[in-house]
Amino acid sequence: MLARVQFAVTIGFHIVLPAFTIGLASYLAVLEALWLATGRRVYLDVFQYWLKVFAVIFGMGVVSGLMMAYEFGTNWARFSDKVGPVVGPLMGYEVLTAFFLESGFLGIMLFGRERVGRVMHLIATMLVAIGTLISAFWILAANSWMQTPQGYTLSPDGRFLPADWWQIIFNPSFPYRLVHMVIASYLSVAFMVGAVAAFHLRRDGQNQASRLMFSMAMWMAVVVAPIQILAGDQHGLNTLQYQPAKVAALEGDWDTHPGTPLILFGMPDMQTERTDWAVEVPHLGALILTHTWNGAIRGLKDFPPDDRPYSPVVFWAFRIMVGLGFLMAAVGLWAAWLRTRGRLYASPELRGVVLAMAPAGFIALLAGWTVTEVGRQPFTVYGLLRTTDSVSPVGLPGVAVSLAAIVVVYLIVFGAGLLFVLRLLWRPPTVGESGPPTGLPIRAAGITPAPGLAAPASHDGGVA
Amino acid sequence: MMLTLVWAGLIAFAVLAYVLLDGFDLGVGILFAVERREADRDVMLSSIAPMWDGNETWLVLGGGGLLAVFPLAYAVILPALYPAIIAMLLALVFRGVSFEFRFRAASLRGRLWWDAAFMVGSTIAAFCQGLVLGGLLQGIHVENRVYAGGWWDWLTGFSVVCGVAVVVGYALQGACWLIWRTDAALQFRCRRHARALAIATLGFIVVVSLWTPMLNPLFMQRWFGWPGILLTSPVPILVALVGWVFWRGLAWRGHLTPLLCVQAWFALCYAGLAISLWPMIVPPGRGTGQPGITIWDAAAPPSSQMFLLVGAVVLIPIILGYTCYAYWVFRGKVQPGLFYD
Repeated sequence: MLARVQFAVTIGFHIVLPAFTIGLASYLAVLEALWLATGRRVYLDVFQYWLKVFAVIFGMGVVSGLMMAYEFGTNWARFSDKVGPVVGPLMGYEVLTAFFLESGFLGIMLFGRERVGRVMHLIATMLVAIGTLISAFWILAANSWMQTPQGYTLSPDGRFLPADWWQIIFNPSFPYRLVHMVIASYLSVAFMVGAVAAFHLRRDGQNQASRLMFSMAMWMAVVVAPIQILAGDQHGLNTLQYQPAKVAALEGDWDTHPGTPLILFGMPDMQTERTDWAVEVPHLGALILTHTWNGAIRGLKDFPPDDRPYSPVVFWAFRIMVGLGFLMAAVGLWAAWLRTRGRLYASPELRGVVLAMAPAGFIALLAGWTVTEVGRQPFTVYGLLRTTDSVSPVGLPGVAVSLAAIVVVYLIVFGAGLLFVLRLLWRPPTVGESGPPTGLPIRAAGITPAPGLAAPASHDGGVA
Repeated sequence: MMLTLVWAGLIAFAVLAYVLLDGFDLGVGILFAVERREADRDVMLSSIAPMWDGNETWLVLGGGGLLAVFPLAYAVILPALYPAIIAMLLALVFRGVSFEFRFRAASLRGRLWWDAAFMVGSTIAAFCQGLVLGGLLQGIHVENRVYAGGWWDWLTGFSVVCGVAVVVGYALQGACWLIWRTDAALQFRCRRHARALAIATLGFIVVVSLWTPMLNPLFMQRWFGWPGILLTSPVPILVALVGWVFWRGLAWRGHLTPLLCVQAWFALCYAGLAISLWPMIVPPGRGTGQPGITIWDAAAPPSSQMFLLVGAVVLIPIILGYTCYAYWVFRGKVQPGLFYD
């Protein structure tokens, strides 16, 4: 159990960071391409502004990812032995194709703008962005295989042996999960960028960089949020087909009967096998999940008690995700409507709401991962390998101590990281925005620190 | 058969690449202990900032590759060395973020705090890597495909000596890296550091090399028995030869020679390690009377190996290619003039 908590803590911290880098890397690539295409300085300013944030986030993502790569062995040794032949190569490909690509070109992206040509620098930025997407591809392939396993054979000693790699990678839930996750990353970053822009617009409505950021973010919201709702719906149908217990848990349905209602709110109780204080809409559940009026969704009682996921968590996490998703779409529509009336930058109400929704995407993302991960319990490989058969033969005190150490270190490290990011974002984007202030050799080659830069943050051992 | 052999070679290569590449940047962190001026520290960090990410990725490849191709070894080694590995990872977390955070610290105190985190993190990471090496070499008790030893098995006199040895060795790598990438006073001091550290490193190489065969009769047989000695005797001779070149390089104020020599030392020690272990990937625990786990025992089914090998054969040369490109982009001495006050 503690091993699970430890894994949940590390993955919970970790998952936000790749989502941030996936979204932000693509955004940076778009900004730089636009700069090269149009030559407008404001694109470069916004690029430089977010590049500094990216550097901090990426560093944290690398190290927390390193942690993940080894935790499979330390905490889930039996799982690694049994599933390694299938999941291992997928992760191996992630390292080979994505990890190296990102970290190889990150140095050039961050520090090399004056050392390589403009086009080469754009290529480096794009390679980093592509690397993050490839990374998502492999990791989600591995995760999806664990949710909907296929293309394997079982050896006599209970190990999973790969039979058909094509089937393993393109397992049934993979395309849906990949699309859902990548869009979620884009949306999360869009709302983060939008909120930062809203914050600065409140103080200076004429700041060109802030206006650009706000405009781009609201375009993303209106276009992407509805797509995400559709993608989520498709993903849900797919889950119903392959992991009906998960759907039953997230809907809070206990009994199977035609015309399943949609429970809006309630409190599922695992002991009494019912959902208390339920507010229901008749037939709507059937309509959404089977697209028919009288369709039936299998309830949790259809599954043996030992095979049921813990419904209260799944139920509420799902509602948080969906609620935020619709809220984001609504904000996007509102912004689009204001835009047509030419009041996009002028509405304090919109700015306030967008600012308040800064973490909305990330909260939705975490809630979504909670749904999918808690929803597949009590299995690690769905229907085949139980979580209790996956853990390491490591003593409980050991896991407890390391869990405590990890929590403390993560709180310090990511707390400080958050602080630094917030400090970077506190400062408005300026004309002639500088790159990451690292006191690097390139400084000598001509980049001068922008005057707007908080003075103590630049290297104080410098010429000045 | 062949496939497993190729993979054993590839993973060994990934780990060696990690030791040679991340070794010097961890070493630079360790040297923060003696280089206390902020201006010097700026230069030291600048010399490794664009590279450390890529360097550390080799460790991820080592871990990921082990899981993919030798899942049994992965599932046994990591629980056996659990505390050392978790400590190493946490140390790497600290040190990794210190890079960025240091430059963002608002006050001198904050900056010194992250400097300390960088130094301590680098040192602990290096020390734990030595512990892991020692813990593996002395053997791991396995029953029914799972680790069957105790919580503190990895902590012995031998593993602690290995830990200190790695710290000293990495510091030497770091000093030699700085000789190459810096000039003037910092470079001068690094030559001095390198001299002292080289003597200490040689001492540790001798101690660990003599201690290792005593851990396990298999190693003893391999190193001093016939025909193993044919293979093993060139190793110490080459170490001595490289040592001589190193000394001359240092005396003649070579810039790159010391680093290359130290890397050769590490590669030779690594080869010695491979000779001891082969064909085992996990040597047996002392007094358990069990055979160790060989690479054949630990191997994943051929289809897993083949699937990943296709990618590795295509991608590793590409990775090496753009790693070289990145090093080339950031070539030359780090401009220290700007940073001196």
